Amino acid sequence: MIQILGKTNIDFLGKKYFALGFSCLMILLGIFAIFQINFGKANLGVDFAGGLSLQIRFSQPVTLAEVRAVLDKTGIKDADIQELPTEKKILIKLKKQQEGAQDIIEKSLKENLSTKEPIIESITEIGPKIGERTKRDALLAILAATAGILIYIAIRFKFHFSIGATVATFHDVMAVLGIFYILDKEINLIFISALLTIAGYSLTDTVVVFDRIRENLGKVAKGSITLEALMNRSINEVLSRTIVTSLTTLMAAVALFFFGGEVLHDFALAMILGIIIGTYSSVFVASPVVLLLGKNSLIKR
Amino acid sequence: MRKAIYIRIALIAFTVVLAIIFFLPNTPLFNYMPDWWKKNLPNKGIVLGLDLRGGSHLIFEVDLKRAREITVERIGMHLQSLLEKKGQKPTVKVQGEKILIQPVNDEVKKIIRENYPDLSISDQDANIVFQLPESAFKRVETTSVEQAIEVIRNRIDQLGVAEPAIHKQGENEIVVQLPGVKDPKKALEIIGKTAQLEFKLLDEETLLWKELPSLIKPSEEEAFLAQWKARLPEGDEIIFQKIVNKETGEVYKRPYIVKKDVLLTGDLLAEAHVSIDQRFNEPYVSLRFNDAGAKIFEEITAKYVKRRLAIILDGNLYSAPVIQEKIEGGNAQISGNFTLEEAKDLAIVLRAGALPAPVKLIQNVTVGPTLGKDSIEAGKMAVLIASVLVIVFMIVYYRLSGVIADFALILNILLLIGALAALNATLTLPGIAGIALAIGMAVDSNVLMFERIREELRLGKTPKAAIESGYKKAFWTIFDSHVTTLITAAVLFHFGSGPIKGFAVTLSLGIAINLFTALIGTKTVFDFIYIGKERKSLSI
Repeated sequence: MIQILGKTNIDFLGKKYFALGFSCLMILLGIFAIFQINFGKANLGVDFAGGLSLQIRFSQPVTLAEVRAVLDKTGIKDADIQELPTEKKILIKLKKQQEGAQDIIEKSLKENLSTKEPIIESITEIGPKIGERTKRDALLAILAATAGILIYIAIRFKFHFSIGATVATFHDVMAVLGIFYILDKEINLIFISALLTIAGYSLTDTVVVFDRIRENLGKVAKGSITLEALMNRSINEVLSRTIVTSLTTLMAAVALFFFGGEVLHDFALAMILGIIIGTYSSVFVASPVVLLLGKNSLIKR
Repeated sequence: MRKAIYIRIALIAFTVVLAIIFFLPNTPLFNYMPDWWKKNLPNKGIVLGLDLRGGSHLIFEVDLKRAREITVERIGMHLQSLLEKKGQKPTVKVQGEKILIQPVNDEVKKIIRENYPDLSISDQDANIVFQLPESAFKRVETTSVEQAIEVIRNRIDQLGVAEPAIHKQGENEIVVQLPGVKDPKKALEIIGKTAQLEFKLLDEETLLWKELPSLIKPSEEEAFLAQWKARLPEGDEIIFQKIVNKETGEVYKRPYIVKKDVLLTGDLLAEAHVSIDQRFNEPYVSLRFNDAGAKIFEEITAKYVKRRLAIILDGNLYSAPVIQEKIEGGNAQISGNFTLEEAKDLAIVLRAGALPAPVKLIQNVTVGPTLGKDSIEAGKMAVLIASVLVIVFMIVYYRLSGVIADFALILNILLLIGALAALNATLTLPGIAGIALAIGMAVDSNVLMFERIREELRLGKTPKAAIESGYKKAFWTIFDSHVTTLITAAVLFHFGSGPIKGFAVTLSLGIAINLFTALIGTKTVFDFIYIGKERKSLSI
């Protein structure tokens, strides 16, 4: 029998204040990112902000400076040029729909970089109205998902646990959002779906830990063990499961990251971050929150 | 006990066969199937989304305000000619959505009431104002969108796009999906052109036209119009002709003063096609009006001999030939420095009919065929590598039980593909990501159970007892963890559009099927191995 971990006895909850401090920082980072997004200072995808986005493929590697030099000559204003995972592709984004901008960009690239054979691979042009609607839908989706999860957890678990699970899930989503903001990655609809998937996944992890805590709570007599010790024991018991499933899901996300192509690249990155942070939070955030809220009142018998 | 296991094995085999039958159309094997098979069994399979197939997803917004105004303008025009025919001579003016008529006597009122009983009458300053009720406008709005869809469908048919999808969204939006469209830019131009063809008279009575500059730059257009507005005689307007310098590609505009009255519109066209001018070897569009149009055209040309008739398309003047003599038979032509390609496109839109109101492109998501192909390849690769990684890991970590989990995983993928095919679901790139993630998460249930079984074994239970209690204890954990992911997937499905919906579909199906494969699939294999006899060890 191969085991990543044998029987462990790690004092996870002993590190709760350190972990909670770190996590508060991550949540604050996420909230800061939301403010920046609201002020239009984040790298918002055209599907939210509206505008034009062109993905251009060249036959040879191309630098941002080269493309920038060509665009500067055309008089197209506010063009934002971004790298993609391969050197042969770039992304050009315009904040506002400008009439004929696409033709001008295409023409000038073909004239000035003709040896590198630029081809427009994809066009995304979103009017302000659609952008606003998408933003609203994304917000509604986040709210609906949060509400749905809250209700389910509230039905299945005791109050303290549902708070713990919610805080942990919120933490994961905020942390990934914050990291994406710092990395200046594009915040778009695909990223939002990654966030919601992360929320679902992270909850899965938390639920498994909570299930074990609940099961163990039913076994112990009052006064025989502190809640903290019981939680530690429960987490240690499910630790190998937590790590194994995180590993397998991580494998899938890593495969997507390296082989899934540029469209899924950032989605996979968000998933990788989410899986790691979600695993961390199910151990270091969810249970400590329950502990701080519930103290020993949870041990009844 | 034995019987129950065989029933479960039969159930699994049945679902696998079903999945294969549904997925068959997506494989080259389908071509070799006999005709009765192709006709009677599932033949559609999984549909590829535009992001994988290449193509355009467009959303147009119909300008409803313009649709209302155009309706009122038409009524105004009609009233004027009607009143003139009956010997009445009031002035009819259209102001936004109102028709102002002056002077109005009982006879005029009677004529209006007979023809347009809907119009309500009210006084405003010295004018009598006629207005359509809101209910009539609502009808106009609905029919405008419906007509626009019809016209767009006609135009796309002429473009020759296979399997286009066109439908209404919300109140005034039209969604157009063009899978595999070869020249998206051209498609966009042809679909979005209003193609409102109008014939108006050049005003040569006012001598102002002599003061007009011959060419201005497009950037000066607004300032120019503002400057001239006050000077124009009542009932006149300025319309520009677009002039392109063929060598430098620079665009100029040449202003003309024309009378606002529309003499004839493209509604009455019977045909439009491209011809080549023999003398200059230049393409032009020749038009033929239907009987009613031909009659009006004859009247106009008879009435305005030696005057210049402006041919205006979507607000741009194309040419303004001098009427040499009365033209019978309803043939006309539009020339204007076209390339052959432009002339062909113009003929298409004129043939397909004008849009009832202008449309505005508010979303264009176009993916080129190469990117789509790359995405499919990349997606397949990622799914394959994810599968191999997970399968190898499970065997290394859980030995024989890992093989059983892998069996469940492969069953899971197979059923997922089958279910997608059965639903004729649209597979998008995020959808492929959903499959990859589902693979990663699929083994979760088995890991939960295996870890549980290992614990039970450590407590000294026999393999069979360990399996039984492991499954029992892990069940609710598995159930809870699946439901939470399903909730987010359901939300994504409800709020997401196109590609995101595809992700939600694959993820939620993957998870639901996972419940089946993990709880029924692997359990059956374990039961099958440990049936009846009690083994001493369990490879886990």
